[in-house]
Order: sequence, then C-alpha cells, then structure tokens
Amino acid sequence: MTATETTSAAATKANGEVDPQTVGKSRLELKNVSKAYGEEWDLQHVISDLTVDIPPGKLTVVVGPSGCGKSTLVNLIAGFEKPDSGQILLDGKPVTGPAKDRMVVFQETALIPWQTTYQNVVFGPKLRGDLKGKALEDEAKRLLVKVGLGEFMHKYPLQLSGGMQRRAELARALINEPRIMIMDEPFRGLDAMSRGLMQEFFLRLFEENRRTNLFVTSEIDEAIFLADRLVILSNRPATLRKVIEIDLPRPRHYTMLSSAEAYAYKRDAMELLHEEAMKSFRPSTSTSNFKQSYSSPGGH
Amino acid sequence: MANVAHSGPAPVVRRKSKLAKMMENPSLWRGMLAIAIFLFIWEIGARFDEWFGKEYTLPFVGLIPPPTAVAEAWLEILPKPGYWDSWIQSFKRVLTGFGAAMILGIPFGLALAVNKYFRDLFFPPFEILRPIPPLAWVPASLIFWPTNEMSIAFVTFLGAFFTIVINVLGGARTIDVRYLRAAQSMGASQWDLFSKIILPGTLPSIFTGAAVGMGITWEVVLAAEMISGGGTQGGGGLGFFIWNSYMGGSLEQVVVGMISIGIAGYLSSSAIRWLGDVLMPWRRLF
Repeated sequence: MTATETTSAAATKANGEVDPQTVGKSRLELKNVSKAYGEEWDLQHVISDLTVDIPPGKLTVVVGPSGCGKSTLVNLIAGFEKPDSGQILLDGKPVTGPAKDRMVVFQETALIPWQTTYQNVVFGPKLRGDLKGKALEDEAKRLLVKVGLGEFMHKYPLQLSGGMQRRAELARALINEPRIMIMDEPFRGLDAMSRGLMQEFFLRLFEENRRTNLFVTSEIDEAIFLADRLVILSNRPATLRKVIEIDLPRPRHYTMLSSAEAYAYKRDAMELLHEEAMKSFRPSTSTSNFKQSYSSPGGH
Repeated sequence: MANVAHSGPAPVVRRKSKLAKMMENPSLWRGMLAIAIFLFIWEIGARFDEWFGKEYTLPFVGLIPPPTAVAEAWLEILPKPGYWDSWIQSFKRVLTGFGAAMILGIPFGLALAVNKYFRDLFFPPFEILRPIPPLAWVPASLIFWPTNEMSIAFVTFLGAFFTIVINVLGGARTIDVRYLRAAQSMGASQWDLFSKIILPGTLPSIFTGAAVGMGITWEVVLAAEMISGGGTQGGGGLGFFIWNSYMGGSLEQVVVGMISIGIAGYLSSSAIRWLGDVLMPWRRLF
C-alpha cells in the first residue's frame, strides 16, 4: 500500500470529455473553502479556510466531531450550496451546481418513496436519456443483482429493510457513472449488525472499481476500517486538522480492526477528535468564574 | 405449523370469492353487531312511553321516532321520484362545488408552495379570507350571483377550497429536500422536479385535503339548501327535504333525511379513499 496519489490520470481529456477508461478516477480539490450562514451581523461560520485534496481512486474518509459542518461540506461539493469563498475543483474544473458527476448517497435514505426500487435506479438515466431501452434495463438489473436486490426490484422502498435501502441507493448512484461518489454518513441509523455488513459490502464494491470516494462519518471505527486516507476536521468552524494515511492492507476484513496498527490509528485519531470535541464543551468565562468561587469557598 | 406447511409440497390453494373473504372478516361482523345493538337500544328507548305511559318518556331518545317507524316512512318514500331527486340535486351541488375547489385549489396551493413571489402576493389575502366560515358568505353571494343555484355552488366551493389549498401548500412544503437534491444531481430540470417529485409527493396531502373538504362540502350544501328554501330556483336537495319534513311535522322523514345524508357522505369519502389507493400504490403497503 505504498501507491502514491499520482497513479491514475485525471478523468478528463484535454477537450473536456470524460474518458471512459478513467471514469470514477477523478481528483477533487477544495481550496480555501469557507461557508457561513446567517445575517452579516450574526454570521455562523461553519467551514473556514478548508483545503483538502481528495485523490483519484482512493477512499477518503472525513471525520469530525458531530455538528462540525460535515454535511455542509457535502452540500458544497455536491453543488447544492455555494461556498462564500474558495474553490472546489473537480479535475481542475470549478464545480458550479449539482450534476451527475458527483452522486451523493444521503443519510438515512433518500430513495423516492413513490417509485419502486427499479424505477429509482433508472430515474437518472431516464431523465437525461443517456441510456435507453434494453441497455438501460440490463444495466439497472445488473446493478440491482450486484447489490443483492434482484428479487426486490419491484418493491417500494418502504418495503425494504434499512440495509436493502442503502444498497438500492448505491445502485441508484452507480448507474449514473459518477466521477466521484459522496457518501454522507450513509450507514447512520442502521443497527450494528447491518452496519458491519454494509461496511464490508461497500468495501467489496469499492475495491472492485476503485472509484474516487468521499465518505463522511462520525464513527471512528468505521472510518479506519474503510479509509485509505483519514481527513480529520476541527470543531466548528471546520478546518483541516490532520490527514492520516491508513496503511492497512486491502482487501480488508473486519478482524483487522483489532490489529495493533488499527489500534494505533484509532488512538491517534481519537486523541485529535476528543480534543476537538471538547472545544464545544469549553466552559465560558462566567461559568468558570462561578465554578471557581463554588469550589473554593475559603477564598484562596 | 405454518412453517411445516411451507416445507412440504405446495398446498392446494382454493381461491375464495371477494364476497366470501369479506364475510369471513371479523371486523365486518363486529360492525354489524354494533349497528344492530345501536338500533335495538334506540327502538326500546323510543317506545318506552308507549309501553309504560307518557310519564315514562325518556329524554332525547324518547322524543324521536323509533327505527321501525323510520324504516316504514323510508319504504313509503323510496319509490317516490321526489326523494331521489333530492339526492341527485344535493350530489350535483356537492360535485360542482367540490370539483371546482379541486380544479382551482390544487394548482393554487402548488403555486403558493413553489413560487416565493406568488406566495408573497397571494398568501396574505388568502389567510384573511380563510377563517370566514362559508355560511357567512351566504348573504353576500346571494347578492353577487344571479341565481340561487349559483350562490349555493359558490358557498360550497368556498367550503372545500380553503381546506384543499392549505393542505396542498403544507404537503408540498414538507417534501424532503433530499428527494429534490437527489433528483437535481441526476440531472432533473425544474419541470422534472415539479412533475416527478413535488406533485407525487403532494398527492397524500391532496387526498387528505379532499377528504376533509368533501365533509365540509356536504355540511355547507345542506345548510345552504335549508337557507335558500325550495323555491322555483335553487330549491330541493336533501337539506331542503329535511327542512320541508320538519315544517310538515313528519319527524320520521327528518330522520330518513339525516340518515340519507350520512350514507351520501360515506359514499363520497369511500370514493375518495378508493381513488387515493389507486393513485398512490406505494401507500397501500401496510
């Protein structure tokens, strides 16, 4: 696992067309990105001067204390929102709005409830008309079978279990041939068992194609288990705290989590995360004054 | 036992008719039993004074005719075309008012939901008009509209319109933003977002609004019919039937009219529920 980030070429040719050989091998760069909400006199800085590189063909996992702005980061990259300053570049070209080159798998599930699983999967290609008829049907079925939903393709999302819904959503994203997959805490809300299974399933899928992948989570074990690179964000406003390269071998197996290396990574990451998380608990001056006077009634 | 049955060869399944299945449903029998007990108590209560003397007349229930008398009166008027004409007239008014409310209310509610400028312009006056009860519009609408029939239709329309609009607006505004975002990522145009996400996502609220609106429509139609009376124009209907029976002193017919309205309302809301099930198959899962 000493491969450097320069192994795969950028996915775009000089003329801007996507090269099918390198689909999913795109580089995403965030340069000095900042985002704040609210009125000018009461700005809530959510992301501040964040510079991150998401190298091609790697699984980059973003972790940060809860509420640090991870979801905002996803919204910016997906193009649902625009940064106040800084640049988001996909293969060197600025991101302008939502597009199929950056597919998001959302928290919980965002399958459209009034469409069957199959209809959900063909939704994108059908809208754009870039894949039609038999070709579309075959591709959708291939992906559904691949995620283990062959028998469930004509069920509505509400008839599927939580794990099945996430897999359906993976199929729906993959059929659009995204240049980068964005996973926004995709396994949140699943029970521990299905979560573990989904992580393994997701890894198999990733290890097969090595699509550039950005995975956002607040679970440190999940992060280390999946990641090639671990990007640790600071407490709000989010900025880059540290990048840790995770050098565990692939294909990965859950038993690796109990290895000495994994432990070392976890300890390092936990230390940073804990430090950041504690910042949101930092007592204000008035509270500490109060505590001081309370704990030392003698008055020293 | 059920597990054992699955492991063996497929058992012969004898398909039962829909009616036979319905007859097996215990809910149906419990419902029938409840109605039978209700009628029984009503009958006894209403006939108490006949059996024990005038001083034993029970309050409320003793003052209304017993179900057997009502049934007798009903049988008597069933073959009369005037009775069925009342049904037809009321249904016509309900469908006109309700239909107009749906046709105008759904697009209006959707427009309020998706367009900020439209909402800023039209929501305030809408909210001022909304709390005015439909019946408060009766005198004004009698002045606006050339015929009684048109004023009844207008008041009926108002009864359903506000409810439908407010439900459509609420439903469209609470659609999960992630559906819209997912669709946008996949290349949906504004029209795609509207037709494939917002419209189907609002359907459940449209049907809630329709069910409530239908109830209000019946209330308003009957009240309007009682007020307008049975003149040469805009008369008749089940509301007028009740009023006329009351004036004529036939309490049995009043009750017949009341039960007729109950049945008419039940038929209307069943039709809406059925249509909802047909149009929203993803909601039939539980």
